[in-house]
Formats: sequence, structure tokens, C-alpha cells
Amino acid sequence: MTRLKNPSVSIQDLSLNFGAISVLETLNIDVAEGEFIVLLGPSGCGKSTLLNCIAGLLDVSDGRIFIKGKNVTWEEPKDRGIGMVFQSYALYPQMTVEKNLSFGLRVAGIPRDEIAKRIARAAEILQIEPLLQRKPSALSGGQRQRVAIGRALVRDVDVFLFDEPLSNLDAKLRAELRVEIKLLHSKLQNTMIYVTHDQIEAMTLADRIAVMKGGVIQQLDAPQTIYNRPVNRFVAGFLGSPAMNFLDGRLEKNDGNWHFVAEDVRIPLATYAFEREPVPGAAVFGIRPEHVAFNSGSGWPFTATANVVVVEPMGSDTLVWLKLANQNFTVRVTSERTPNNADSVSIGFDPMRASLFDAATGNRL
Amino acid sequence: MADLAVPLPAGTGSIGLEASGPRGPKPRHVFSRRNIFLYGTLIVVALYYLLPLYVMVVTSLKGMPEIRLGNIFSPPLEITFEPWVKAWSSACTGLNCDGLSRGFWNSVRITVPSVVLSIAIASVNGYALANWRFKGADTFFVILIVGAFIPYQVMIYPIVIILREIGLYGSLSGLVIVHSIFGMPILTLLFRNYFTSMPEELFRAARVDGAGFWGIYFRIMLPMSLPIFVVAIILQVTGIWNDFLFGVVYTRPDTYPMTVQLNNIVNSVQGVKEYNVNMAATILTGLVPLVVYFVSGKLFVRGIAAGAVKG
Repeated sequence: MTRLKNPSVSIQDLSLNFGAISVLETLNIDVAEGEFIVLLGPSGCGKSTLLNCIAGLLDVSDGRIFIKGKNVTWEEPKDRGIGMVFQSYALYPQMTVEKNLSFGLRVAGIPRDEIAKRIARAAEILQIEPLLQRKPSALSGGQRQRVAIGRALVRDVDVFLFDEPLSNLDAKLRAELRVEIKLLHSKLQNTMIYVTHDQIEAMTLADRIAVMKGGVIQQLDAPQTIYNRPVNRFVAGFLGSPAMNFLDGRLEKNDGNWHFVAEDVRIPLATYAFEREPVPGAAVFGIRPEHVAFNSGSGWPFTATANVVVVEPMGSDTLVWLKLANQNFTVRVTSERTPNNADSVSIGFDPMRASLFDAATGNRL
Repeated sequence: MADLAVPLPAGTGSIGLEASGPRGPKPRHVFSRRNIFLYGTLIVVALYYLLPLYVMVVTSLKGMPEIRLGNIFSPPLEITFEPWVKAWSSACTGLNCDGLSRGFWNSVRITVPSVVLSIAIASVNGYALANWRFKGADTFFVILIVGAFIPYQVMIYPIVIILREIGLYGSLSGLVIVHSIFGMPILTLLFRNYFTSMPEELFRAARVDGAGFWGIYFRIMLPMSLPIFVVAIILQVTGIWNDFLFGVVYTRPDTYPMTVQLNNIVNSVQGVKEYNVNMAATILTGLVPLVVYFVSGKLFVRGIAAGAVKG
């Protein structure tokens, strides 16, 4: 992997084992100055563990961690120049908001007028000035999370670490705070590392997303690249809602042209950009439901007719479940064009937007 | 389809459904079978435990002639507090005739330092075990817990020798040490489990904020653990105050705790058995744990950690 020149955070060959269980395996990642990196993955993929290692809350088994060019592998959390925001907010319940914000500064022995200045600034940025004298129990979830962010803010750190900060909020608040975090980042221009299992958060916030599975980073790229050109079947299936369609079949070469064949379905791959030289054999064809055109006539490199099995209206649009080559296949259509069950419909798409994976390894072809 | 959504005028029932019939909250009967069983059992059990206390209080307020009549359940005809005064200040144990007062102050001098010392050490133990997973923590914990299951009687003689060798045998401080040590397993378990149940992210947040071992203990953990401290205080005060075995083994007559002195008053063989004085002395001895219960009961229940995490 290519290394950045002056990374804000650099993780080199990081491994972490709990006894015989390996949680992180020789992990490498560089985060640029001011970058917003999202660690995305299902539960148990090691993303929170990685964040705790960066914070210094977990001792690593091997490897090194650099923050601002300084090797902090053996440093205490407070000496790493990081601020952390937790999923459960982790506000000190017996202290007022002001005391919560100033705790770290008081521990560090910072003069009182300096503390007051920093709290005033953080409170202004986060709009929590009226709440300063309240206890956490008298705050709403969104306010608590703001205070938790403020606690990282007052410490004047280089790197912000977020550990699923929005997971405990309801959907509406989550959307609001998501925007606020994005605004905060553009205002502060700090390096931020953000752990989530929510792909919407990842897509909307990140400069780059690191998709993780089993303690290994599967793909580290800009959100659009990850969405459009996933490197393997796991990444393809994890991102996107509704999920990408996968058809099991074979790659065949006829008359010099590659085709994907599943039962009676033959998809020409003339427009598909192969990652590597294809070989005939078992393969998986993936295409996102929104990249399939519905009842739109010919003119597509691939067209087919199929029977509707189930219709799922979702408000803004409708998910139509079809049978294609005897396998489940979904198409996203606008709600005005919702078909009825058992209708026979025609679909079409351009394989340019598809992803082909090796059936055995799951890697992109 | 749209006409289905039109609301029906208030007061009209849905067509085809029974117009009358159950509506609103389900009625509850005071004399239901469930209530009779529940409250019946509670009343019987309460009586079972309160009756002896009633007899004690009533007897302690009677004069000896009245007691000799033998009506132990009847209320006193003539209330007298003399037995209480005698029990406190002039009942005889062996050669001393200054009542329970000396034993009371001995017990205070034993209980207060023992409670403070044992809880102070055990809370730090529990905190270290729960939050700072040091090497060998599990082994240490297992050893400590095994200690809770060894009968005290087994250790009496070895401890006598140890106390004699370090010159504390017979002194109050020797007994304080014994009480503190024997309180350690159960208290450590108590505190460890409490601190383990506290959100770990609080501890992590405090570490990121730069607080160390003692900083987190005093500024984060202690203020949040009032309930468990109250539980520990109740456990220790009642346990140590009511202790007889260690008291009689490790102290001398002039440093006997109240329980031992009570035993000596009640079991003294010379002269007439003064039942009223014995009852008053017994109630006096049991008063301290009772007061602790009543005073701290509310704190016991209150949840302090409310609002720490989630919403």
C-alpha cells in the first residue's frame, strides 16, 4: 500500500491478539492531515478495537502507532493528543456540563481563566451555552452527545476519535447530528477517525472509508469508489441499501466476446471494465437495484423479462423482487411505476455499472 | 379505498361489534383471592417476627413483681424505665457494675475503625480488580473468594498466635484488624461487581481526560458509588456490631464489646434473673444496627448512576 507523506495518524503493522484470538492482523493505514476517515464494518470486525488502540486504551501486540509524526505506541491516552467521543456519551453523571467539559483540563492543571476561555469557545461552537450548569441526567440524548463532543473539543487535540457516536440516538436526531459533525469538521479541519456500522453515516461523512472485516481492512477508498467499484463481494454486499443483486453463474468466451451465463440468462460483458485478464469459470455477477432500468424498452446492452414475486413499497420508491435465472433479483423503481404481483416485466441494464467477482475468492474480476 | 380512512363520528361503535361490554381499565377487587393470599402471608410473617419484639419491649417496661405474674403478652400496668437505666449504667458483669455503657463505647471503638478500614481497602481492591486488569488479577480474585468460604472457627487459633506475636492480642486494634481482614472477601466481591457493572466507557473517558488510578477512583468512581457504600456500611456495621465470637476471643474483660457484655449480664448466675433488665439490655444492644437500617434504607434504593449513559 502506498504511504502518505506527512500523515496525521499512521498505523504500521498493527496486530492485536487476545490470547489465541487475533482481533487485528498487521494492519496498515495512513490518515492525512485534516482528513475524515470512517472505519466501517459489521459488529466484531475490529473497528472499535482499532480505535481503542489508537486512543491508547488497549495495548497492542505488535506494530507501531504514530500521531503527528510522534511514536505514541507506548504513550498514555492523555499524552497522545487525541480526544474521544463514546457511543454511550460517557458523561460523568455527578458533574455539571461545565465540570464535565473542564475535567480533563483540571486534571492537567491548566489555569482557570484558560479553562473558562476554552469552555466558552466549545460551548459556542456546539451551542450548549444554556446547558452548562445542568447535570447530564437533565439533558436529552442529542444534547448529551454534543457535550461529549465538547469534551474532546476543549482539549485542543490534533485528532478526534468517534466511537459510534450516533448509534444511541433516534433516526431523526442521528440525521441532524450527522450534519453537525460534518459542519464541525469543515469548521475545525481536524483529523477525525470515526467508527460506525451505519453505511449512510460512512458515505455522507467520510473523505475515505475503510471497510473492515475480521480485523482486516478490505478496502480503503473514497466513498464513491467503494460504492461503485467494490474490491470484493463482502464490500459490495455490505454497502448499499437495498443490497446489491448477486447472480451465480459462469464466465464464458464466445466468438471473442466475454459473457456471463446463468441458466438461460446471457449477459454480454463488452462494456465491463475487467480488473484483470478474465478466465472462463464460475463467477458472481453483481448489480445494484438502482442501476437496473425498469420497463424502459430496448436500447440497453442487456434486457430480459421476469416475473414479479414481491413488491415492497418504501415510500420514496419501491423495491420489486423478481426471479432472474431462478435467483432473487431486486429492482428499485419510482413509486408511480409500481407493478402488481405476478406481472411480467422487462428490465435492462448496462454491465458497465456491474461488478464481477470470482466465485471462489470473492475478489473483483 | 380512500373512504375507509374517513373517521367515524364520536360515540358510534363500529358496525357489527357489540355496543356494550368491557371498556376502559379492568376493574380490580380488593378481596380477590390473590390479594387475600398476598396480604395474608405478609401479615402472618410480620406477626411472627414482631411478636417476640413486642414481648421484649413490654417486658422491659414492667417491674419485677408484674413480670412474676407471668402474663408475658399483657401490656405493662405501670410503665417504668428503671430496667433501661439499670441495663445501661449499673447492671453487673462479674466484678464491674457499670452496665452496658462500657461495652457500648468499646463496640463503637471497634466498629467505627473496622468499618472505615475494611471498606476503604475493599473498595480500592474492587476498583482495581474491575477496572485495572493487572496480571494475576483473576488468581488474586479467586483466592480472595475462597477466603469467604472458609469457616471462621478454623482460623481462630492461628490468629491468636499471630496477634500474640505482633503484640496486639487483647487490644482493640487487634480486633479491628481481624474484623477488617474477615470483611475483605465479601466486600471486595461486592465492590468489584458494582464497579464492573458501571459503564466501562466512563472509565475510558476519564483515562483519555488524563486521570490516573487515584484520580479516577476519587473523582469519578467514588461519587457514583454511594449506594454500594451504603450497602457495605450496613453489612459491616451489623456484622461487626453483632459479632460475639471474635470479640470474646480477641479481647479482655475491660475491652469486651457490647455483645459479649450483654451475654455476661444475661447469663450471670448469682441472684435473681431480672428479665426486665435483660430485655432492656438486649434491645439496647440491637439498637445500633436497627438505626443504621432505618437511616440508610432510602439511600439503599436510590440509583445514583442515572443519566450516566444512554437516554
